[in-house]
Amino acid sequence: MKCTGSLGGVYLKTKLLMKGNDALARGAVFAGCRYFFGYPITPQNEIPTYMAEELPKLGGVYLQAESEIGAINMIYGAAGCGKLAMTSSSGPGLSLKQEGISYLCGAELPCVIVNIMRGGPGLGGILASQGDYFQATRGGGHGDYRTLVLAPATAQEMYDFAWDAFEIAFRYRNPVVILGDGILGQMMEPVELVSRPPVDPGNLDWPTTMAQGRSKRLINSLYIDPVDLENHNRKLGAKYERMKKEEVRYEEVAMDDAEICLVAYGTVARIARSAIQRAREAGIKAGMIRPITLFPFPDEIIQKRAEQVKMFLTVELSLGQMVEDVRLAVAGRRPVEFYGRQGGMVPTPKELLTEIQRLGASS
Amino acid sequence: MAKITIDRERCKGCSLCVAFCPQKILELEKATNAKGFHPASIKDEQKCTGCAQCATMCPDICIEVYR
Amino acid sequence: MKKVFSRPESLADIPFHYCPGCTHGIIHRLVATAIDSLGIKEQAIGVASVGCSVFTYNYFDCDMQAASHGRAPAVATGIKRAIPEAVVFAYQGDGDLASIGTAEIVHAAARGEKITIVFVNNAIYAMTGGQMAPTTLLGQKTTTSPEGRMVEREGYPVQVCEMLESFPGVAYLERVSVHDPKAVRKAQRAITNAFRAQQQGLGFSLIEVLSTCSVNWKMRPLDALKWLEENMINYYPTQNFVNKLDKGGNNDVA
Repeated sequence: MKCTGSLGGVYLKTKLLMKGNDALARGAVFAGCRYFFGYPITPQNEIPTYMAEELPKLGGVYLQAESEIGAINMIYGAAGCGKLAMTSSSGPGLSLKQEGISYLCGAELPCVIVNIMRGGPGLGGILASQGDYFQATRGGGHGDYRTLVLAPATAQEMYDFAWDAFEIAFRYRNPVVILGDGILGQMMEPVELVSRPPVDPGNLDWPTTMAQGRSKRLINSLYIDPVDLENHNRKLGAKYERMKKEEVRYEEVAMDDAEICLVAYGTVARIARSAIQRAREAGIKAGMIRPITLFPFPDEIIQKRAEQVKMFLTVELSLGQMVEDVRLAVAGRRPVEFYGRQGGMVPTPKELLTEIQRLGASS
Repeated sequence: MAKITIDRERCKGCSLCVAFCPQKILELEKATNAKGFHPASIKDEQKCTGCAQCATMCPDICIEVYR
Repeated sequence: MKKVFSRPESLADIPFHYCPGCTHGIIHRLVATAIDSLGIKEQAIGVASVGCSVFTYNYFDCDMQAASHGRAPAVATGIKRAIPEAVVFAYQGDGDLASIGTAEIVHAAARGEKITIVFVNNAIYAMTGGQMAPTTLLGQKTTTSPEGRMVEREGYPVQVCEMLESFPGVAYLERVSVHDPKAVRKAQRAITNAFRAQQQGLGFSLIEVLSTCSVNWKMRPLDALKWLEENMINYYPTQNFVNKLDKGGNNDVA
């Protein structure tokens, strides 16, 4: 299929080999994102680079902010005007953005925030990790808020989820986090650039667009009267309950007769998939639940499978963060084991198979 | 001919208008308003020139000036 | 007789929460008058900051966004880049602008961002109860400099206009005061000019307004104005620093 070098051309159904970061950036632009404010940090720099090249050609805005703090606040301003705005960073930058994200949720502003995770804590390392799960799913900033979190596991999903993220963000008037990692961001895979109509928020009645022939609008998170603030918090809480009912996404692999259930997301899910294949060849009935939304977490499917399997094995590139959500969902009915690598180290399928066998032998 | 009106309920008795009136015709009332402040009032309206120094210095937009 | 002085249209008819004699009230009126006189009420989008003036989002009668502490210039940047035809302004105090928000104001000025900043300098952190600000004068006593600000411990006060003066993207930069009617009238002209610079697409504009804080300076309002006149203007001279109005300016900047 012919494709042109610039997004000025039309992609109907084109498959290109590209990095996950590039797929995400393209996905966002196709979704209609025209405002990007960011700051360089490894391993996501392909995203701002792509935006810097493409957005001006499309009449959009790319601006490199003075810091990740500047960037998230520029997002606030543009999102407050009803624009499709996105920023991307890695762990340390997301830490800087936490106050801004709290404000975005408090002011009910839609936007997309991308975290291509690297090793931590502190300056950590530049290779992949999943150590920001708590930060993303618990809302690492202050106050009662949540952001919906999408966890892609392929370059294709990096592309697809960008569109979904904007659609969900505007539907709920809430930020959406796309949680990737350095492997997903850097690896190259074929991506089908399926064209969808851009996300269209429609006629919005809340953005500041200049008060011409109408009364003023306000984008704000301050409610100094506790009665007002409680009502506001409950309104936000109702949103998050609705997300839990309607937005849960997950994938199951070989779960119909599984006796040991792996739980893994992102890059680790790919490794787990290979491990499960090998386990099956060795006669072990292994399967996997791959959460795709990390918030809202797929409790129900885990609860359901807890009736069936003998144990769960959560695998993460961390000291164990998602495993706590798995344990909450399993509620003590079955053992929940954990296997983790850190610092940018990544398990091999053989390593996971050995762990599955070890757990099978000792159970 | 000139005059001013003072919104006595919004006045906080800061007395900047009293200090800056060149004619010295403003003073704080002995009575208080609903908030407990002694609001400004004009004691000799005939001498008002409508210079608007009072309104210029009023931080609470209490004063309207007519000329 | 006709009415020659009344509330500007762009200021909502809401009582101010400020302390008696607080110069915020005067400055709000100057900003609103500037917006009225230039006929830009329906183009204005303002950014409120954090400090005593947090409620400017209620007081100005135009679309408003409330920013987190120090970040108003970044929020204003996001708005102006999203809606370039809007007249975007931010209203900040000395903690917001010269302490936590230093990176944001410096880079907005460096980018020549076409926004207008009203910077209220009263040499203290008022809302939180009178702590030292970067703009607190040497020798000035505050709750966190109880012996008076000392160079050896707290360093020198920050002169924001002098700091931003050299940036090529700055189109209008002036420091004014509001300690008497003459100063207030000069301040009005400067604030209106700052908005005019944005209208003409010339670049970044900032007006630093020397102000008082009776309560935390522990003075009566009139005495506070005198203290400002006698102590602040020496260190923070009221003058124009940059004026590119009606001189063409470089419209290609930012």
